[in-house]
Amino acid sequence: MKRIKVLGSGCKTCTNVAETIAATAKALGVEATVEKVTDMAVVMGYGVMAMPGVVIDEKVVHAGGAPSPAQIEAWLKG
Amino acid sequence: MSDPFLWLADRAAFGLLGLTPGSHLGDAVHFFVEDTVKIFVLMSAIIFLMGLFRSVVSPHRVRAVLAGRSRGASYVMAVGLGAVTPFCSCSSVPLFIGFLEGGVPVGATMAFLIASPMINEVAVVLLGVLLGWPVAALYVVTGLAVGVFGGWLADRTGFERHVEAFVWTIRMGAETEIPGETGLRARLAFAASETRSIVGRVWLYVLVGVGLGAGLHGFVPEDFVLRVAGPDNPLAVPLAVVLGIPLYSNATGIIPVAEALLGKGMPVGTVLALMMSTVAISLPEFVILRRVVTVPGLVRFAIFLGLAFTAVGVAFNLILS
Repeated sequence: MKRIKVLGSGCKTCTNVAETIAATAKALGVEATVEKVTDMAVVMGYGVMAMPGVVIDEKVVHAGGAPSPAQIEAWLKG
Repeated sequence: MSDPFLWLADRAAFGLLGLTPGSHLGDAVHFFVEDTVKIFVLMSAIIFLMGLFRSVVSPHRVRAVLAGRSRGASYVMAVGLGAVTPFCSCSSVPLFIGFLEGGVPVGATMAFLIASPMINEVAVVLLGVLLGWPVAALYVVTGLAVGVFGGWLADRTGFERHVEAFVWTIRMGAETEIPGETGLRARLAFAASETRSIVGRVWLYVLVGVGLGAGLHGFVPEDFVLRVAGPDNPLAVPLAVVLGIPLYSNATGIIPVAEALLGKGMPVGTVLALMMSTVAISLPEFVILRRVVTVPGLVRFAIFLGLAFTAVGVAFNLILS
């Protein structure tokens, strides 16, 4: 079970990233929860300034721009 | 035919569709095809190339550079770094908080926020190709100058008091090193995905912009633009700035409109003022910034940018006329 957080300020790219990750997890049959975090105090707590950021099991794996589909698959399988 | 874009537009508008060169519709369609293809090809190529050299400047590095500077140097470096650091407007708030938290003065932070959306490599190359390199240079130099001046003024007028109180209480977590693959294959994949993502985000603005430009180019008579916004109308520049405020576009989308207006004889200063106002002042951007800046602060910021762009427009119309 992976706990995934997508950090952002509620912009379109961030929403898309969260949706893509959820859909990819479903397609791969990986159990995961995807949560969007927009509370700036929490977002900044992860030490990220470029949105969207991706956090998997409390570890920041991505910051800034949309991750590629291959990248998302690698996270979910890893 | 030396220009492949021109050749393609000739073929599409006059060959394929059978329109008459010089007719309203023929000219509009020709403009639309030429600019759409040109902008998408150039934009994709530039984003792809820049993607290959990614992570040259990360926000953390910018912050580290700016935090230790004297104020005077910090404005200049902030606008310079703002011009070369790409970021999505959704990152404005975290950047703002992160910079202040890291000890960057509020002035340099504002300078960065002003310059970054206005000046980027895609805008500069498209301006150069479509409007000519002198206009591109004017745009870059004045954009940087407005950023420097805005930063200086923000510090001088105590802009800190307009920053929401909670911003100062946020403590940022340690920077996390994100392991990036650096092989050629990974870089190519990253550049491709970056291109897809950015083009996917801005294509609609570009099409709307080119559509507007094409309509202006084909159907609006030259004397109309000259009458309404020509060199004789002293209100043309402030009007262009006010008109640009609700209009929201990224720099890429407004360039074809600027091209058509310049072609109709609108003075360069007026066109620059309209472009800058459209790109740098927009309601969505202000709604985002509202989370960290108070309403009086935002009003001051908008008034400053409005006056600065008006001054830029008026000055260039005077110098170049």
